[in-house]
Amino acid sequence: MEKRVKFKGIWLPILLVLPQILITAVFFFYPAGQAIWQSLFIPDPFGLSMQWVGLGNFEFLLSDRYYRASFVTTAVFSILVTVVSMGVALYLAVLADRLVRGSGTYRTLLIWPYAVAPAVAGVLWLFMFNTRVGVVTWYLGLLGYDWNHVLNEGEAMGLVVIASAWGRISYNFLFFLAGLQAIPRSVIEAAAIDGAHFWTRFRTIVFPLLSPTTFFLLVVNIIYSFFETFGVIHTITSGGPQQATTILVYKVYSDGFVGQDLGSSAAQSVILLAIVSLLTVVQFKYIERRVHY
Amino acid sequence: MAERNGMVERRGAGLWLTHLGLIVGIAFIFFPIWLAFVASTVEQQDIVRPPMPLLPGDQFFANYARALTSGVNAPVSTMLLNSLVMAVGIALGKIAISLLSAFAIVYFRFPGRRLFFWLIFLTLMLPVEVRIVPTYEVIANFGMLNSYQGLILPLIASATATFLFRQFFMTVPDELAEAARVDGAKPMRFFFDILLPMSRTNIAALFVILFIYGWNQYLWPLLITTDPEMNTIVMGIKQMFPSGDDIADWPVIMATSLLAMVPPVLVVVGMQRLFVRGLVESEK
Repeated sequence: MEKRVKFKGIWLPILLVLPQILITAVFFFYPAGQAIWQSLFIPDPFGLSMQWVGLGNFEFLLSDRYYRASFVTTAVFSILVTVVSMGVALYLAVLADRLVRGSGTYRTLLIWPYAVAPAVAGVLWLFMFNTRVGVVTWYLGLLGYDWNHVLNEGEAMGLVVIASAWGRISYNFLFFLAGLQAIPRSVIEAAAIDGAHFWTRFRTIVFPLLSPTTFFLLVVNIIYSFFETFGVIHTITSGGPQQATTILVYKVYSDGFVGQDLGSSAAQSVILLAIVSLLTVVQFKYIERRVHY
Repeated sequence: MAERNGMVERRGAGLWLTHLGLIVGIAFIFFPIWLAFVASTVEQQDIVRPPMPLLPGDQFFANYARALTSGVNAPVSTMLLNSLVMAVGIALGKIAISLLSAFAIVYFRFPGRRLFFWLIFLTLMLPVEVRIVPTYEVIANFGMLNSYQGLILPLIASATATFLFRQFFMTVPDELAEAARVDGAKPMRFFFDILLPMSRTNIAALFVILFIYGWNQYLWPLLITTDPEMNTIVMGIKQMFPSGDDIADWPVIMATSLLAMVPPVLVVVGMQRLFVRGLVESEK
């Protein structure tokens, strides 16, 4: 697509794009290039020189037990976060959509957790499940359940999943509600006249018509749980216990900044980069399809 | 709304069940925040001897005053200011450079335009989390650790906003630019007098989204602000927890958590329509 009308001049437009060029060159392309470059080296033990290892860092990573474990952790984590937050959001959106009056009020009430930072959400949930003072921990104790996410790997995963999904419900709710309200009532009423009950209508009409929204949210939520949940993990578990909640982004951070293993951290960045690019391509392909839907 | 008032809406018991379901969901979402609020209004003793009360106490002013003026490592008022500068800086900076470059791409022909466009497109793919180590080195070499520039610049180095403005400019009728050109108006005159006023709503919607994005940053400030006086509030909360076995100052920490939520929540609720619009647009 092109504009018919163009202004004349060459220096003015170059001047206009210059700020963005400079900032992205210095703070985006140079560091991204460095990440790729550094991933091909290992620093010597004294940090004086870098030794070329080609794809050695990648080979090492792929055979590294901890890195492979982190892959599995990330997969489990992002699937759980996506399913929980989308499930709850869809449930609430379907309910709100059934209301003739008042769905706006519920929307206002449900919208604002979007603004709560993942790291703050982490602190809130940590407080409730704190092993010493947590309210939920205390009541679970009354029921005879000894909650300890500091030691128990499954409980640690459960807690970071809930805290991450919690903050994401409003976003998914908004898109689901918009998707539901775009479905023509006449279609649903026609099915109702034919005697289809709510669940049948949902399964055979509403959910299929909602699938573009669902698919879009699926990709967006997976990307979210890959990257933006760093704050949740760092505040609640710091990747533990025994790396049970060390997702890939957390490992880039802990290997690069805590462990000072720059080559490995850079190689991990490159792998992440490839994953995000793939997801983005999927998303764009899909959006192109949606145009013709 | 009349056509929505058909036979598929529940009445009577079904309607109440619908409301009940929604209220349960909302209670689930509100509970953590309610608990944080209660904790920020009681004394430390009330919390460390569980179970803590579920209704607010009388220490509201004492706890918030203590957080704002002294905090744990740095006064929370300082951290609030840092967050504000960072969030507004990111929002305004990104909007400004994106408006200019989108204007250039859409309304001019210049050498390297295609290349520029594709370079911009690439930046859509990589969140800052992926390139943290080298970006950190760049900032350190510029001596920008513990500075506002260091907090802001790497986060405006992406082109999501450029794409939005490009899309919007494409929908602006050609006649307007034609008329401006016939009248002998300079390009920048057209930009400031016509294009900018027309983009007001888009700019505002984008501001809301970017403000929240900037305010809620965690990893980046964690890396580059080692000086407590430069901490942003969202990353500063975790720094308030003591290392080792000491007991955390829960009332102050929870007061800080609430203070960290208030500005972005006010922005979202206060500008709900713009926010929803910005969200849908920026994900297109």
